[in-house]
Amino acid sequence: MSVNSSRFDSAIGWSTRPDAWVGRGIRVLLSALAVILFCGPLLVIFSGAFDHNPDPTQLSVFPDNPSLINFKVAGENKIWDYLANSLIIAGGALLLQLAVSVFAAYALARKKFRGQAIALLVILATMMLPEEVIAIPLSLVIGDLPLVHVSLKGTLLGVILPLGAWGFSIFVMTEFMKEIPAELEEAAKVDGAGELRLFAQIILPLCKPALGVIAVFGFNMIWEQYLLPLIVAADPSDYTLTVALLALRSDDMVGTGIVLAGALLALVPSLIVYLSLQKSFLRGITTGAIKG
Amino acid sequence: MTAVHPAEKNHWDTQDVGSTASGGGAVETHPVRRRRRRRLTGATFIPWLFLFPAALIFLVFKFIPMAEGIRLSLFEVRPFLGDIFVGFKNYATILQDEKFLTASWHTLVLAGGQTLGAMLIGFFLALLLEGHAKSLWFVRSAVFLPVVAATAVIGEIWRLFFYPAPEGFLNEVISWVGLGPWEYIHNTDTSLVSVMFVGIWKHAPYDMVLILAGLAGIDRQQYEAAAIDGASTLQRIWNVTLPALRPVITILLTLAAIRGLRVFTEVYVLTGGGPAGSTDVWMTRVYTTAFEQSEAGLASAGSVLLFLVTLVLTVSVQWYRRRKEAR
Repeated sequence: MSVNSSRFDSAIGWSTRPDAWVGRGIRVLLSALAVILFCGPLLVIFSGAFDHNPDPTQLSVFPDNPSLINFKVAGENKIWDYLANSLIIAGGALLLQLAVSVFAAYALARKKFRGQAIALLVILATMMLPEEVIAIPLSLVIGDLPLVHVSLKGTLLGVILPLGAWGFSIFVMTEFMKEIPAELEEAAKVDGAGELRLFAQIILPLCKPALGVIAVFGFNMIWEQYLLPLIVAADPSDYTLTVALLALRSDDMVGTGIVLAGALLALVPSLIVYLSLQKSFLRGITTGAIKG
Repeated sequence: MTAVHPAEKNHWDTQDVGSTASGGGAVETHPVRRRRRRRLTGATFIPWLFLFPAALIFLVFKFIPMAEGIRLSLFEVRPFLGDIFVGFKNYATILQDEKFLTASWHTLVLAGGQTLGAMLIGFFLALLLEGHAKSLWFVRSAVFLPVVAATAVIGEIWRLFFYPAPEGFLNEVISWVGLGPWEYIHNTDTSLVSVMFVGIWKHAPYDMVLILAGLAGIDRQQYEAAAIDGASTLQRIWNVTLPALRPVITILLTLAAIRGLRVFTEVYVLTGGGPAGSTDVWMTRVYTTAFEQSEAGLASAGSVLLFLVTLVLTVSVQWYRRRKEAR
């Protein structure tokens, strides 16, 4: 009996032979169904955003009457300001998060010091305290920072700073940095490299793949934030784009098309980041996400 | 340095004086002390310097709020009038509150249903799309898109699909197979299931990726052996694939379910907890209590309770996992 190895490329044993057209047909059909089911709704956002006056009862995958009017009206409803808020928060928080994670991981992975186990435990503990659980006191703390007594309410910094450190990123980075052979470091030390040069010129350049992973996860986590920008906002002009969608929809003067134009603008950045860093994203899920 | 100096001098003194009795001990303490000093100046200080930004942010935006939340939960919070200490009264109020009890039931149903549903669909997707072909890679990438789209965006589009009139998008679609029209999130009977459905739709592709990773780790020879033994496809899946995936699936199910207890955004954007509280979950309840009824003390007690439940569950899952791994 000859069981060729290609038959068990998959658990189901999907046939790859050209003559097995029934099996292949079923697979193609089901795959098409899956794509329609999972991508179709997002395509409808595209078509609705460009459709002149889309009726919620007449959504379609292709716009009937293409126009940019929705974006124009959405602009009058300050959609570009919301988008700017979102982009500034995403950029600022992501840069901060990357820097903070890399620094912390360097200490945790490349050094041995007293209190290391406690530091790890504390970071693990932060992952048990997502924004949802501490939302109410967090809004008070943001309104009156301890010691300095500055209010971040209604500022973009009020959203950026709490997102500046993320346990998940620190852990992923730490795991990766542990893999870098110690010989490299020792050789640099022999050459007289100081602590900062060691970090910036030896360790950091080797971490590029992991930086991709934590960047794409970090962006996703920041873009997904909803409760935090909601509680930090002092009035609707502070909203991020995602939070503003609900306010737009609740406004009777604003039609479906305008909301969809906003939804599209909120969707596109995540699509761009995902499609350009897809490999990092999938690697991150399979290696690190199980820890979360 | 000045603080160290006298002690150092003292040390040498004792060595000089106590050379008869504790001479050996002094020789032993000497290297220990030097090591400690070096640690304080370099080896300990520099790592903490690198950890400082993370520590500061966590302290200010995680631990202080947590402590503040626990404190608030013991008070009746009255802005401008001064808070009154009430002990565990807030906890008692919440645990007897009809709305919070209903919300906790909804939360459990939603977290459980969403987790199981996403895993099941994710499993089927993984079986369907496993393989090395370029076209499969393309399909997988496309199917994954709901995971990266923000929940608020997904909420808006599904709200439109759930348009309750017979001409609504989803009602049109299901009418092709003779179903509907339904009212989805606008009817107290179907609202929770509708929210669950959206959650499954968003999370299933994520589970798919993890299951695909699990599938890739299965030894192909086991499949061949099963085929030679004459096992059908279904038997092969049941007897070879599923047992191999079980550790991954169990852990993911529990962690996703725990995370599901904190569900907020999906419900908030889809229904806001309505209609008539039929989709109210723990976090939307807490949010309403805090920001619409301005009962910060009560809401804090609700948050602390949620934290305790997730803490206990997470620690026991980790403990269980450790124990299994140790075996």
